Amino acid sequence: MTAKDATPQPAGTPRPQDAPPRLPDARKPPGNARRPPADAAADDGYTPSARRIEREAFKRARSRRATAVAAVSTLVTGVVLFLVVVNSPGWARTRETFFSPHYAREALPEILDGLWLNVRLLLVCGAAVLVLGMLIAVARTLRGPVFFPLRALATAYTDFFRGLPLIICLLMVVFGIPALRLQGVTTDPVLLGGTALVLTYSAYVAEVFRAGIESVHPSQRAAARSLGLGNGQTLRFVVLPQAVRRVVPPLLNDLVSLQKDTGLVSIAGAVDAVYAAQITASKSFNYTPYVVAGLIFVALTVPMTRFTDSVTARMDRRRAQGGIV
Amino acid sequence: MSEQPVLRLEAVRKTFGGTVVLRDVDLEVAPHTVTALIGASGSGKSTLLRCANLLEEIDDGAIFLDGEEITDPRTDPDAVRRRIGVVFQAYNLFPHMTVLDNITLAPRRVHGVPRAEAEERAHELLGRLGLGGRAGEYPDRLSGGQQQRVAIVRALAARPRLLLLDEITAALDPELVGEVLNVVRDLKDEGMTMVLATHEMGFARDVADQVCFLDGGVVLERGTPAEVFGDPQQDRTRHFLRRLVEAGRL
Repeated sequence: MTAKDATPQPAGTPRPQDAPPRLPDARKPPGNARRPPADAAADDGYTPSARRIEREAFKRARSRRATAVAAVSTLVTGVVLFLVVVNSPGWARTRETFFSPHYAREALPEILDGLWLNVRLLLVCGAAVLVLGMLIAVARTLRGPVFFPLRALATAYTDFFRGLPLIICLLMVVFGIPALRLQGVTTDPVLLGGTALVLTYSAYVAEVFRAGIESVHPSQRAAARSLGLGNGQTLRFVVLPQAVRRVVPPLLNDLVSLQKDTGLVSIAGAVDAVYAAQITASKSFNYTPYVVAGLIFVALTVPMTRFTDSVTARMDRRRAQGGIV
Repeated sequence: MSEQPVLRLEAVRKTFGGTVVLRDVDLEVAPHTVTALIGASGSGKSTLLRCANLLEEIDDGAIFLDGEEITDPRTDPDAVRRRIGVVFQAYNLFPHMTVLDNITLAPRRVHGVPRAEAEERAHELLGRLGLGGRAGEYPDRLSGGQQQRVAIVRALAARPRLLLLDEITAALDPELVGEVLNVVRDLKDEGMTMVLATHEMGFARDVADQVCFLDGGVVLERGTPAEVFGDPQQDRTRHFLRRLVEAGRL
């Protein structure tokens, strides 16, 4: 027990290896040396040595050089690509068919009108998918013989709808259900299309939630049960909060996917951005409206993807700092 | 009044697959006493504690808490666990909750204690264990020793009848072991009944009223610390203790 007398520590001081100090530069990549040194705030009369100053000057020069090289290389690549595309045979026709400013202007208002439907579908279906997916995932974790049918049903549901191509599900729901001529059942293509989306995506999201639930270490469950919490309470207060946090990145990924698949309701005849583009395109035999609609979808998903990336990165950092969640 | 044991094990047998982990284990823990379970890794110490808390189901024999059999399949395991506190080797704090929420979860949700009252007790216990002012922190901001003390507070918050401590210092650096063991010593002085599995032989000798040496799932030797450490009857015990002395652990 020699370590004891090395540095007496008051009980309240966290030690470095248990709680890594949040240095201002801990998250930044190395090489960016323009900021003051990390220990500048340390008030211990330290002045950087000549060696350190020389090293940092070198690192600065190196990073300037790297930026310049990257810029030149990007510029050259861009110019080459542009020249190759513009000089390739058939470019004039391609530009007229896919990138016609005239048709783009003509189609844009209709496409934006239709897009509002896609956005509403995303919000409503997204919320429904999260709720239904969670219910299915929880149903699969229920114990006890009473719940066997529920458990089996939830398993069958996820197996079925994960395997079923979305387009088949959609066709069956939007054309098959109206064909039944049931009383009191809607024939609205938007509602039916949304239902098909929810059916399929709930299966995916349920699996994501279930993966999260199973990733919570059994010792957490043991700790909760040892405190006298029942199965349901353990799930609600201990397991689910940790599970949901962990699966935020894959969930956002599924939402990005749902966002573009809302375009599939167009096959049911609902006038969304895709159908609006189709209408204008078929009038003129020009495909620019599809390009416009496609780019709008891309523009919508890019922020969502970036957001997903940043959430993932933030969670990775937290994990690297010793947190479990 | 006759001293009915708080915990009594009667011919307990537990197997995992084909491996017998506990074989005919008998044990009595009198109120306000400390029982130390010692023995090599894999000798069944942790399994014994997990069985006592019904986290594992035993294959044969019976376990009694305050004279009432708890291994009867008709008993409600949650009701039994409410009367027993457990502290784990790896703390097992809930990482998504603050220290305070970790501690008040069971009193509020299981025992129906109002929030204000549960928090008052949590603050009082935290203060007593030298953790005042840490209530709002998340577990990952605390040192291992602090986390383990929080885990002890969490186990105590529901006023258990019996405290089971499963190698609670095994994951700690040597200089943090002391702060946790001091807490256990204080609890003994307050009269808490405890069963602890431990590798800290010096501590077991100091604090325990009864020491049980487990070997291959059998209680090979039991007695007061003076008997077990000072005058072991079994060859295996002598061998185990000699190896500890050689390793500088005793």
